[in-house]
Amino acid sequence: MIKEIREPLIFELGAPGKKADILPALDVPEKKDLLRGVALRGDIDGFPEVSEPEVARHFTRLSQKNYCVDLGLYPLGSCTMKYNPKVNERLSGLPGLAGSHPNAPEELVQGNLEILRRLETSLCEIAGMDAFTLQPAAGAHGELTGMMIIRAALADRGDPRKYVLIPDSAHGTNPSSAHICGYAVKEIKSNEDGMIDLASLEQEMTGEVAALMVTNPNTLGVFESDICRVAEIVHAKGGLVYMDGANMNALTGIVRPGDMGVDVMHINLHKTFSTPHGGGGPGSGPVGVKKALAAYLPAPVVVENGGRFALDHDRPKSIGRVRSFNGNFSIIIRALCYIMSLGPKGVREIAEYAVLNANYIRKRLEGVYHLKYGAASMHECVFSDKFQKDFGVTNLDIAKRLIDYGVHPPTMSFPLIVHGALMIEPTETESKRDLDHFVEAMLTIAREAKENPDLLKSAPHVTYVRRLDEVAAAKTPILKWEKKN
Amino acid sequence: MSYLSLSDQDKKEMLAAVGIRSTEELFGCVPKTVRLKKDLDLPAPLAEMDLVRAVEEMAGRNACSHYLSFLGGGAYDHFIPAVVDSLSSRAEFVSPYTPYQPEVSQGTLQIIFEFQTLVCQLTGLDIANDSLYEGATGAAEAVLMAHRLTNRPKVLVARTLHPQYREVIRTYIKNLGVEAIDVPYGQDGRVDPAALAALLDDPVGGVVFQSPNYFGVIEDVKALSEAAHGRKALSVAVTAEALSLGLLEAPGKLGADIVTGEGQSFGLPLSFGGAYLGFMACRKEYVRQLPGRITGQTTDVEGRRGYVLTLATREQHIRREKATSNICSNEALCALRATIFLESLGKDGLRQMAWQNAQKAAYALDVLTAVPGVRRKFAGPVFNEFVLEFPKPWTKLDAALRDKGILGGLGLEGAFDGLKNCALVSVTELKRKEDIDRLARTLKEALS
Repeated sequence: MIKEIREPLIFELGAPGKKADILPALDVPEKKDLLRGVALRGDIDGFPEVSEPEVARHFTRLSQKNYCVDLGLYPLGSCTMKYNPKVNERLSGLPGLAGSHPNAPEELVQGNLEILRRLETSLCEIAGMDAFTLQPAAGAHGELTGMMIIRAALADRGDPRKYVLIPDSAHGTNPSSAHICGYAVKEIKSNEDGMIDLASLEQEMTGEVAALMVTNPNTLGVFESDICRVAEIVHAKGGLVYMDGANMNALTGIVRPGDMGVDVMHINLHKTFSTPHGGGGPGSGPVGVKKALAAYLPAPVVVENGGRFALDHDRPKSIGRVRSFNGNFSIIIRALCYIMSLGPKGVREIAEYAVLNANYIRKRLEGVYHLKYGAASMHECVFSDKFQKDFGVTNLDIAKRLIDYGVHPPTMSFPLIVHGALMIEPTETESKRDLDHFVEAMLTIAREAKENPDLLKSAPHVTYVRRLDEVAAAKTPILKWEKKN
Repeated sequence: MSYLSLSDQDKKEMLAAVGIRSTEELFGCVPKTVRLKKDLDLPAPLAEMDLVRAVEEMAGRNACSHYLSFLGGGAYDHFIPAVVDSLSSRAEFVSPYTPYQPEVSQGTLQIIFEFQTLVCQLTGLDIANDSLYEGATGAAEAVLMAHRLTNRPKVLVARTLHPQYREVIRTYIKNLGVEAIDVPYGQDGRVDPAALAALLDDPVGGVVFQSPNYFGVIEDVKALSEAAHGRKALSVAVTAEALSLGLLEAPGKLGADIVTGEGQSFGLPLSFGGAYLGFMACRKEYVRQLPGRITGQTTDVEGRRGYVLTLATREQHIRREKATSNICSNEALCALRATIFLESLGKDGLRQMAWQNAQKAAYALDVLTAVPGVRRKFAGPVFNEFVLEFPKPWTKLDAALRDKGILGGLGLEGAFDGLKNCALVSVTELKRKEDIDRLARTLKEALS
């Protein structure tokens, strides 16, 4: 048998002297003794030395070891893995945009400032908020920014307060962001429908609580139907409502957070507005606020005056910068393009089709997989492995077997209130054919779990590598290539 | 334009399967009182061709691309080989998410492992993470990390650190009881050693400095690290111009404990400031306090080498409020571009590019300071940018240069006291000798 080719590390590929010819000869007189007296480096031991064809093959081969949205359904719950339009990739790379320097004078980057302003305005309309900042580079960065705004506003009133309330279903970034903002976290229990328990909220919501961080729809894909009452309870004690907009995909054009009592929120442009996930970023996490909080937004903010755009740095109450320059601009362009393509009807269809697709999957899998919370699903549904556990099969085994059927597994790491979770989010861009393929694969796996559980426990079978030893990786960390002597 | 994939027939069948008549019924859980009763007030949808036109028009309103630019100050105009754009735009890299399922993410994971190795090689440190948002938040994360490691409430931050990085540090620490104290610079544009020594009398968690610093001046990393270590503080080296690592000694080898910075110079377009690439490396004893994702090598059930995300017990999805950082998604695709860039340039190409930057900046310094009245502000050694002092206000000169199609530099007057009539001039490998000569000639005319 011919031995399968394993792609080596680039460091194992090269040979001394190999290189790509990229630079012309130096065209100014060379000073051989330049920087004499400064510590300069010698040869970087082990640094790559390869030809361009080798680089091209290395990365092309590695690319083929990845699953991606362009290959098929990627129902990673909470991550909103929808199709990323190709035209948006092209437009974000236009030389006039990609080549513009962030320190260029404002009058020479009017196009960029207009893009920022137009996206802010669109997000305000979609979310029902009064002002947005585009500085935060990711959702978690937005959470941190939003909580800083809340803290600054409360401090201005005289007391930043001590606690932040977070439902037990929340994503891990929520408590972490609140903590970095100097708050202690108190957990709010979910009720039997998976929603915030109003009685526990009323009990915990005291004058020492700065804010409630709520994800809506929450991480179970359940809309917090009592959201207006929730906001009333928080506001009555002088607190503010922060909404994690990670699941905004379910709401666009249907209902606006700003209309249901939310004071501050972030939106993940890489989720709801289709910018590519890039294997883990770059994302973008704009933060929107109500008028009373606008003064606290990170500086600078874009202002428009008679068709001319400018950056206003004179913001005495601002929390300050949370990032250099103007946010993840190349991502901001893509999100604006998406909104410009879709228009009002298309933006509403994001939510309609995302929720329809999720409910279709839910209906077809209900009964075969366990659904801990029966409340209506929005854009995602959270099953568990409870029925399959009887055969010794866990959510991990189900996930790995899905890979054999050519589908990316759902999210399993949270919500923590569902043990053995399978959080499935199809998004709106999927075809019925791909949804059906996923459903059929899940149904087949449920049968296999009964009849041949070992098939699941040893999955995946068809991948470049099979199950990897994650325990060994953490116990004896090898975190870089090292030259063998 | 629409990206939906259901036909009317599909939709009908699916509604029937769900047991409803219209999508309206799916939103019954949303209280009627708050439901939107009208269409969103957004512009009408655009077909692809119209979208392209509309965005091209906005791009056309950025006149800056028609100028010969010597702007730097944290974002640098470097050559990007075609191989970077071509390979990094593959859908298999662009459209997946975080490699939570390693069996179907070995491409991303192996590349990140290579990226971590490259960052270690460049910084001279043991461990690197998968990336952070960008340079300024990287510096802020480094300050928080130094605070966690030493449990000391003060850090010293060089006045010559990029002003926006300093601002982000201040924003981050404000609510955590950590205090950042400015360290002034001396006549040569570097951290003032006497002032630093005096400030080190109080216990501090770390000394944070940038090299080459905001003025382009190369700091004495060894001396600063020794001063920090003398008081059991950590040495935190920041760089906003990662290309300098191709020429200057690795900060880790000169004593830095944490090295962080901006990797935009490695194959990322200027793009008005983002998306960029934060990177961070540290000594191995500090790995448990390192923020962000980390990729490690392991084996599969058949003994084959593979890669996984590891040491996740530092992170928010496990540790929640006790995590080392709240960071979740990072800048993986930017790290991928940097990896392609560095591997294409290779050992020799990276050094050549860095050397050409230093040579061209040196040439520019010579010809610009030969213009009567123009003075080099700081005597300290520079990499690819430097501060010049002019006999006239910079705003006037800047306007005169712009009239001739040149962006000659970044004025410093507002950001720093004592830098009246000064500007920061950046010269990369992309500037030809005739470009530099043109700047000098135009400057001379403007001053005469």
